Amino acid sequence: MESDPGGDDGRRRAALSASLLTTVGALVVAMEDRARRIGRPVRLMEVCGTHTTVAFRSGIRDLLPAGVSLVAGPGCPVCVTPAGFVDAAIEMSRRPRVVIATFGDLVRVPGSESSLEQERAAGAQVKVVYAPADALAYARSDASRTVVFLAVGFETTAPGVALTLKAAKEERVSNYLVLCAHRTMPRAMEALVADHDVQIDGFICPGHVSVVTGASAFSFLAEKHGIPCVVAGFDELDILRGVVMLLSQLADGRSEVEIEYDRAVSSRGNKAAQDIMSEVFEECDAEWRGLGVIPGSGLAIRAPYSDHDASGALRVTVLPGRPSPGCRCGDVLRGSIAPPDCGLFDRGCTLSRPLGPCMVSSEGACAAYARYWRRSRS
Amino acid sequence: MCLAVPAEVTTLAGAKATVSVEGALREVDVSLVEEVAVGDYVLVHAGFALHRWGYAEVLEWRAIQEEMMAGEEPR
Amino acid sequence: MTIERVLLAHGGGGRLTKELIAQVLLPCLGNPALDPLDDAAVLDLEAGGWAFTTDSYVVSPLFFPGGDIGKLAVCGTVNDLAVKGARPLWMSLGLVLEEGLPLTDLRRVAESIGTWAQSVGVAVVTGDTKVVERGRCDGLYLNTAGIGKVVTPLPLGPASIRPGDSVIVSGYLGDHGMAVMGRRSGISFSPEISSDCAPLWGLVSAILATACAVHAMRDLTRGGLAGAVCDLAESSGLGMRIWEEKLPVRGAVRGACGLLGFDPLAIANEGTMVVFCPGAEASDVLSAMRHHPLGRSAEIVGEVSEEPGGMVLLVSSIGGERIVDMPTGEDLPRIC
Repeated sequence: MESDPGGDDGRRRAALSASLLTTVGALVVAMEDRARRIGRPVRLMEVCGTHTTVAFRSGIRDLLPAGVSLVAGPGCPVCVTPAGFVDAAIEMSRRPRVVIATFGDLVRVPGSESSLEQERAAGAQVKVVYAPADALAYARSDASRTVVFLAVGFETTAPGVALTLKAAKEERVSNYLVLCAHRTMPRAMEALVADHDVQIDGFICPGHVSVVTGASAFSFLAEKHGIPCVVAGFDELDILRGVVMLLSQLADGRSEVEIEYDRAVSSRGNKAAQDIMSEVFEECDAEWRGLGVIPGSGLAIRAPYSDHDASGALRVTVLPGRPSPGCRCGDVLRGSIAPPDCGLFDRGCTLSRPLGPCMVSSEGACAAYARYWRRSRS
Repeated sequence: MCLAVPAEVTTLAGAKATVSVEGALREVDVSLVEEVAVGDYVLVHAGFALHRWGYAEVLEWRAIQEEMMAGEEPR
Repeated sequence: MTIERVLLAHGGGGRLTKELIAQVLLPCLGNPALDPLDDAAVLDLEAGGWAFTTDSYVVSPLFFPGGDIGKLAVCGTVNDLAVKGARPLWMSLGLVLEEGLPLTDLRRVAESIGTWAQSVGVAVVTGDTKVVERGRCDGLYLNTAGIGKVVTPLPLGPASIRPGDSVIVSGYLGDHGMAVMGRRSGISFSPEISSDCAPLWGLVSAILATACAVHAMRDLTRGGLAGAVCDLAESSGLGMRIWEEKLPVRGAVRGACGLLGFDPLAIANEGTMVVFCPGAEASDVLSAMRHHPLGRSAEIVGEVSEEPGGMVLLVSSIGGERIVDMPTGEDLPRIC
């Protein structure tokens, strides 16, 4: 059904906009009230890249009361994937009859020396897919090719990849391999809390990761570390409401995990998704770009599925790799600097010529700042 | 960080469903959500469903949204 | 034995080339200027301004809902001339054919070119045909050049854009891009999304007939609205604000963008334009556009200002502003 911008639908949307502004106004007043009661500057970390993007796009950052700042965290799977992962994918792409199947997000990410985009121009077979299921279907359709699917993403994405590994094993699709770089959020957030360079007074927890893990996955942050947590959705109103809830906790001296995104998130999450993840993957230590190795923060393919593990099958080790000289993506991901503080921001490293993953990824903090942050505001 | 959209289930065949986002159709895997029926909505990420809403829940959620738009008090 | 596919010899300039032209191309494109098949067409140009444009067409698949590469070639050429206020008159047609291309496909494309050229009153007056080995071009590539007579004294172009101008789009954004590429990511549409590919000379004439002071027009192609306005903002040095709520986007296009992580502003069109005119005259221009079949869904979507110079901002429903960037050049589905 098409919208008729000039007619009824347009009038309805204009009316909604007017009401929306009233609601936003009420939320801004609520934020200011709580900020006053808190009485000191607070830093809230929005872990998830989509939250960073929406917060900018809707102008929410400009609506925050004085003393309340939002800092972007490491919730961008592409950004935290080490350059070495791209290097390993590139090495595999140079083997005969190998097709690299990847989400679009990784195509322009620089490895130590090259990117998949550049390798494709030089003759590598790189196939962009929307779904891991599409990569598996491709492998089924052409037995002469070895399809290596680059599995990046957090707990939101891992269950879908697990489904393809299970199906590949059951159906013996021997030419479907996965190079696994999945990361999990809770341990990484714990590492940030323990990092004394970074002051975090509250977390806006990732919304879609929580659909899978359940909000209870973050309880330990509130209970053991005393950090207020709110799982927020992705509309502008969701984030505003999430901030109000965090500030309320701080003002009241509480630290809990609350769910703002209750239309999709429960305390326990999606059990079927959790089950298939633990059937196919096991916890491992993982390197996060800029955060170093965080114990128990990665997923590795379990032994029964090792026939489909690309790094074993093709005998390629994923090393950390080398970031571009001067690249401070790591510091941005930890929240210890904001993108404009990086010497390369908007100088050597721009949206059209990114040097680091935070600028390449559409939800990287640097890309968000480059798109939305105006130089006139400082 | 995880792009996921609500989509309406229009056809169902075992673990696969065709979903519609305002008329854009795509096949997705629904094996990770329970008892999906045509007319339900599912949250779709990378070609699979993470969460399911029954039609009644969707209506309720829309009513809440309208209320929010009309200036409901925040918690 | 009938020949059913393009052979390398068809590009050799000899008998097979002549047969191909006579049997497949001339029946669809023939006209007094082209029929002699001379090395060049001689044209009689009266005094005044003439517009000249060139484009190449490499779309794949060759046939898609709402059009084909041939229709695209005619409309693309016509539209580049039209937005400069020039009545399209003549075009050249260069074909690069892949060995093995079914002649039925070539015939379909030729018929399409003929039909669409005739519908706008454009004659294909000169052409060329080459054949490359299998695998060297995706079925068929086309190149055109077009000539049109400038019929308006208005100096249309970015230098004429002024602060206070309104930004008007003639129709729904992103239809062509989605019609062509949706399928690649396993997306289909119900109802089917057709390419908006269309020749815009009629709509442009209607706009010029209002005698309003139109400042600039741009035919949206690759990069969609974002590509066009970013380019014009940069060339003019002025700032532009686009109101997100006013943009005409079909629900299904928006839905597909939501699934794949695309921005509807950056998806291609092929029969939609953006018009800049003084704010005071915008409603007259809009009215004239809406009276034309290709402008029924036209909308005023933004305005031009002095600041922020060279940038385009998208204003959201709650008043937040974000910078619209020049699309990178490749639409990649993403998960985050």
